[in-house]
Amino acid sequence: MTGMSLIVKTVARWLKGFILLVGIYFTLYGHIEHSGGFAGGVIIACAFILVFIAEGKQVETRLLSKNVASAFSSLGALLFLGTAAAGTFTAGIFFKNFITTVPAQYFRLLSSGTMLLLNISVAVMVSTTLFVVFVILSAIKIEVPLKPGGSDDDEKETNL
Amino acid sequence: MDYLLVILLVLMIISALIALETENLLSAIISLGAIGLLLSITFLFLGALEIAITQIVVEVLLLLILIRATLHRDFRSPVDHRERFGMLVGVTLIILLSVFAVRVFSTFPDFGSSVMDRFPDTPALTYLREGLQRTGAPNIICAVILDFRAYDTLGEITILFCAIVGSLAILRRSAHKRPKDKDRDTDAA
Repeated sequence: MTGMSLIVKTVARWLKGFILLVGIYFTLYGHIEHSGGFAGGVIIACAFILVFIAEGKQVETRLLSKNVASAFSSLGALLFLGTAAAGTFTAGIFFKNFITTVPAQYFRLLSSGTMLLLNISVAVMVSTTLFVVFVILSAIKIEVPLKPGGSDDDEKETNL
Repeated sequence: MDYLLVILLVLMIISALIALETENLLSAIISLGAIGLLLSITFLFLGALEIAITQIVVEVLLLLILIRATLHRDFRSPVDHRERFGMLVGVTLIILLSVFAVRVFSTFPDFGSSVMDRFPDTPALTYLREGLQRTGAPNIICAVILDFRAYDTLGEITILFCAIVGSLAILRRSAHKRPKDKDRDTDAA
């Protein structure tokens, strides 16, 4: 499968950077604007999925391999847990926001302590996880099991 | 209270064992639903109302998906075997639940008035008032889910991680090579 038409490929090539930019912005400014790591991660995953659909299945290894993506997913989860555990080591409380914010820093990017780190880890986790799930579900044919005495349309394969 | 939780946990374990050991697929799914319901009741007694509601809603949806996915053709409705007694029990339960629901709805605050007005010392009001000073984040939702209530987000991350592990384990390509492929080919021929 070589993907979709040239028009779709070109538009996807032009758009993927902007979509990634929006996703990264949502992630980084999650503690200031009405967004967050989860929404940003979903948008980043949408950028990857757009390229994946447009270019076809063979782009998977070049774009973001399934193993690399699952490794990043684990990395995001570990980063989240590590940030939470860092509160234990520095302040003695799990999930303690150990970086204090002075009022002069309000509405800046580097404010509100560990929240930025947590947002980034959530975004990494969510984006790679959704991408891997999409890749798995789109790359695999699931056979509907044959039933004894079933009709003919039981035998066709469902391609998710 | 502790005894109640122990009883609930033991019942959950028994339901899990039934779900594992039973031959009938529908019984297994119903046992899974019993686990979810007992877990929801556990959350309710522990005071985590939102999680209890989420648990029960997700459990219902999950049961529907499981029943549609596993039994989509072979599904024989249990209505065929149901007697008048079962119908009576169902109607009685619905009426009983309706009575309780009316009692519960009557305790709700009026439309438009928040719960925080009735209980001025709730944590939610503190979050709204002092969220910026305590966390430095102007986005109060982010302050709640990543600072005040970060354990919830940790749970979500865990769920996502389990989801991806389960997807990779179930849907990997080698899992679809069945040992009985030869037999099925000869059958088809």
